[in-house]
Amino acid sequence: MGDILGLVLKRLGLGLVILLIISVIIFFMVELLPGDIAEAVLGQGATEDNLAALREQMGLNKPAIMRYLEWLSGALMFDFGSSIVTQEPVMSVIGERFLNTLFLAAYAAVIAVPFAIILGVIVALLRNSIFDRVANVLTLTSISSPEFFLGYILILYFSVKWGMFPAIANLSEGMTFWELLERTFLPALTLVLVVVAHMMRMTRAAIINLLASPYIEMARLKGVPPWKVIVRHALPNAWAPIINVVALNLAYLITGVVLVEVVFVYPGVGQALVDAVSKRDFPVVQACCLIFAATFILLNLAADVGAILTNPRLRHPK
Amino acid sequence: MAKEKEVLLKIRNLKIQGYSDETWVDIIKGVDLTLHRGEVMGLIGESGAGKSTIGAAAMGYARDGTRFSEDSSIEFDGMELTTATQAERRALRGNRIAYVAQSAAASFNPSHKIIDQHTEAPLQYRLKKRMEAQEDAMDLYERLRLPNPKEIGFRYPHQVSGGQLQRAMTAMAMACRPDLIIFDEPTTALDVTTQIEVLAAIRDIVEQFNTAALYITHDLAVVAQMADTIKVLLKGEEVEQASTEEMMSNPKEDYTKSLWAVRSFKSPQRYRPKDATPLISVRNVDAAYTAGPKILDDVSFDIYEGMTVAVVGESGSGKSTAARVITGLLPPQEGEVLFKGTPFPADYRQRNKEQLRQCQMIYQMADTALNPKVRISEIIGRPARFYSGLKGAALKARVDELLDLIELEPAQYYNRYPPELSGGQKQRIGIARALAAEPSFIICDEVTSALDQLVAEGILRLLDRLQNELNLAYMFITHDLATVRSIADEVVVMQNGKVVEQGPKDEMFKPPHHPYTDLLLSSVPEMDPNWLTTLLEERGVDNVGDSAAARIDPEDEKVVR
Repeated sequence: MGDILGLVLKRLGLGLVILLIISVIIFFMVELLPGDIAEAVLGQGATEDNLAALREQMGLNKPAIMRYLEWLSGALMFDFGSSIVTQEPVMSVIGERFLNTLFLAAYAAVIAVPFAIILGVIVALLRNSIFDRVANVLTLTSISSPEFFLGYILILYFSVKWGMFPAIANLSEGMTFWELLERTFLPALTLVLVVVAHMMRMTRAAIINLLASPYIEMARLKGVPPWKVIVRHALPNAWAPIINVVALNLAYLITGVVLVEVVFVYPGVGQALVDAVSKRDFPVVQACCLIFAATFILLNLAADVGAILTNPRLRHPK
Repeated sequence: MAKEKEVLLKIRNLKIQGYSDETWVDIIKGVDLTLHRGEVMGLIGESGAGKSTIGAAAMGYARDGTRFSEDSSIEFDGMELTTATQAERRALRGNRIAYVAQSAAASFNPSHKIIDQHTEAPLQYRLKKRMEAQEDAMDLYERLRLPNPKEIGFRYPHQVSGGQLQRAMTAMAMACRPDLIIFDEPTTALDVTTQIEVLAAIRDIVEQFNTAALYITHDLAVVAQMADTIKVLLKGEEVEQASTEEMMSNPKEDYTKSLWAVRSFKSPQRYRPKDATPLISVRNVDAAYTAGPKILDDVSFDIYEGMTVAVVGESGSGKSTAARVITGLLPPQEGEVLFKGTPFPADYRQRNKEQLRQCQMIYQMADTALNPKVRISEIIGRPARFYSGLKGAALKARVDELLDLIELEPAQYYNRYPPELSGGQKQRIGIARALAAEPSFIICDEVTSALDQLVAEGILRLLDRLQNELNLAYMFITHDLATVRSIADEVVVMQNGKVVEQGPKDEMFKPPHHPYTDLLLSSVPEMDPNWLTTLLEERGVDNVGDSAAARIDPEDEKVVR
C-alpha cells in the first residue's frame, strides 16, 4: 500500500503545481483585458482625480507581480477580495451560489452515474440487439441536443402540459429537503440527460473491449452465465476508463451548467460568472475560474487514484 | 489402447465455418473423433489446422464469428450438443467438461483471487458449499505439488509464477471432477524446465481421477508423453490417427512423416579463426532497467565474423537484454561492447550511420514487427535508402535483389502489405529488412518460436544460406535447444543474468555439463513415449522445474569454474 500512497501524493503535488500555473494564467489574463479597470468602473464621466483615487484604493498602482502575490495569498484563505460592483467580499457573492451548484451537480450525479453504468452493462450484455441500438440512439440524441433545448422540452411537458414539476427552480428560505428536490428536479434531469450518453457508451466500450480476453473465454468455458461474465469478470477490469469519463462528466456538471441555470433561473455560480464578466467584476471572475480549475483538478486526481485502486497489480504487489 | 470402454465423446462429420470476406468458409472440414472414458487423445498439427477449434467444439462452444455447420454432430455422453440450447450446453462447461488454456497468465482474471476463480464453477452448480470447495481446492493444489497449497489460492494471479499458475488452472479444471478436460497447448508458453513439472502434474491428476482428455499441442515430443492415441490434423482435416506407439514408430501418411522428420536440418559447425579479433565482443557488462534489479551481471562473450552464437536460457535470464545492450538500446551500467576491437558508443544515439548499419535485428513476432499499413517495397526500401542512399531505379533494383535473396518473387510481393502474407513470409520480409542495411552482424531474437516447425525449418535454412553467401555473424537468441543443435556454432548458456557456460556446440552437447546446462538439456522432451516416466524416476517427482534449478549445488566444480 505504501506504493499507492506515494503515487497519490505525487499526483496531488502535481495537481497543486498545475493549479498554481492556472492561477497565474487566470490573474494575468484578466490583467490583459483591454482598457483600464478604474475607467470601466467609474464610467466615462469620471475625473482624473476620481480615477487616481480608485486606482489607489484598488491597489492598481502596485506592480502586477505584487498584486498577484497578494491575491494568491488571499485566495489560499478563500479571500478573493471584494466585488467591484457591490463592494461585498467575493466569497459572500459566490459562496452560497457555489453550494447551490454543488447541490445540483450532486443531485444529477447521484442519478446519472449509477444509471449510466448499469445501462452500459446492460447494453454490453445485449450488444447489437434492438435494446442496444435504441438506448444508443436515445442517449446520443440527448447528448447532441443543446441543453437549453432539452430544458425547454422538459418544461413544456413536465410543467406546462402535465404540471408535475415547477418550471422555475428558485430557492427560498425554509424549504424542506423534499421541496428542494422537487423544485430542482427538472434542471437535474436535464443534466442527467446530457451526461448519461458519454458514461454509458464508455462503460459499454470498455466492457466489450475486454470480451475478447482469454480470461473471458475461460469464464464462458467454465459455464459462467453471460450476465455474470460481464458483471464479475469484465466490469472489474474495465473500471479505469469508466472512472475517468465519470470524473470528466462530474466536472462538467459543476463548471458547464450555466445554460441550464439560465433556463431554470437557478441561482448557481455559472450565472454569477456570466454577470461578473459582463460587469467587469474581475475579482469575481478570477475567483470563479480558480474554483472551476480546482474542481477539475480534484476530480481528475480522484479519477487517477480510483483507477489505481482498481488495478489489482498495484493493490496487491508481489 | 483399443480397450472396450464406454464412449464419452463422439464427433461425427464436424464442420465449423468462419465468416470472412462476407461468406462462410469451412475451417473444419468434416472431422470424426471418438473418445472413450479415461482416454487421452492428442490432437496435433500446425497452426491453422483447427486443433483449438475442435477442442472448443467438444464443449459445444463455437468461438465468436464461427458456427457449426448443419450436419455436424457432437455427442457428449449421449447428449447432442449442436442442437442443445445455450443453457444446456453451458450446464456442461466447467462441470462435466473443463478447459485448460494455453496461457494461464492471461486466462486467470487479474481481478480475483485464484481460489475464488477455482470455486466459481462448483458454487455455480451448487455442488459444494464455499468452504468445502475451498478445502477441495487446497487438496488439489497439494496433489499438483504446488508450494504452500493452503495459502497459494488466496493470492492474485500476478503474484504466482507461470508454471504454478498453469498447475492452478489444471486444478481449477478438476474442481467439479469433470469427465473430460480439454488441454489447449497448456505448456507452450512455458520454459522447458517448467514444462516438465506441469506435464508431470497433468499426467498424474488425469490418471488419479481417470479423466478423459483432449490434449492439443504442436509439440510431438510432448504429445508422445501425454496421449494414448494421437490424431494428426492438417488444415481442418484429419490426416491419420493411431495409438501413440504406433504413430511414433510407424507413421503412415507423408505429412506425418514430414512432421516427424523436421529436425533433420543441421548446419555444419564452424570454428573460431585463430588470432582473429572478434566482430562483437561483450565485455563484463552489467545492465538494469531504470531503478530495477540487475538484469545482466558481468556478462562477457565474443562473436566472430561469419559465425552463429546461440544464446540460450529461460525467460528472464537476460538473453534479450544482452541484445539490447549490443544494439545500444540499453546502455550498460558497467562494461562495454567492442566492434572489431574498438568500443561501440553505449547509446545508439551516439553511433554514426556506419556503426548503426553493422547491427541489425530480426524479431520474434513478425506480425507486430512489420507496420501493417506500409508496402513491402517501402519496408525493405527504407533502410536501403537510409544507409546506402539509394534512389529511384537503383533502389527498386536493390529491393528486387533483396526479395530474390529471401526467395520471394519480387514482381509478386513488391506492392503488397504485410497482412496479406503468411507468418513465414512475414519473417522473411523481416530478414530482408535487416539485410537491406548490409550489416555484418544480425541479432535473431526467437525468430522461429512463433512459427510452425516446417516453416521454421525453412527460415533456418534461409538464414544459414545467407550466412554463407554474405559472411554474416548471428547472435541467435532462443530457448529451443533443437534450434541450437541445427544452426549454432557456439553456445552461451544464461541463467539469472549470468553466463553459466559457453563454448563450441560440439563440446556443449557433450558431458560433463554445468548443472544448469544439464538441467536445460535433460528437460527437452524427446520423442520416446517413456521419456517423461524415465526422467521422473531418475530425478524424482519433486526434483523438476523451479525446485530443480534451485537445488543446483553452488559448490559444484563446474559452477565454481
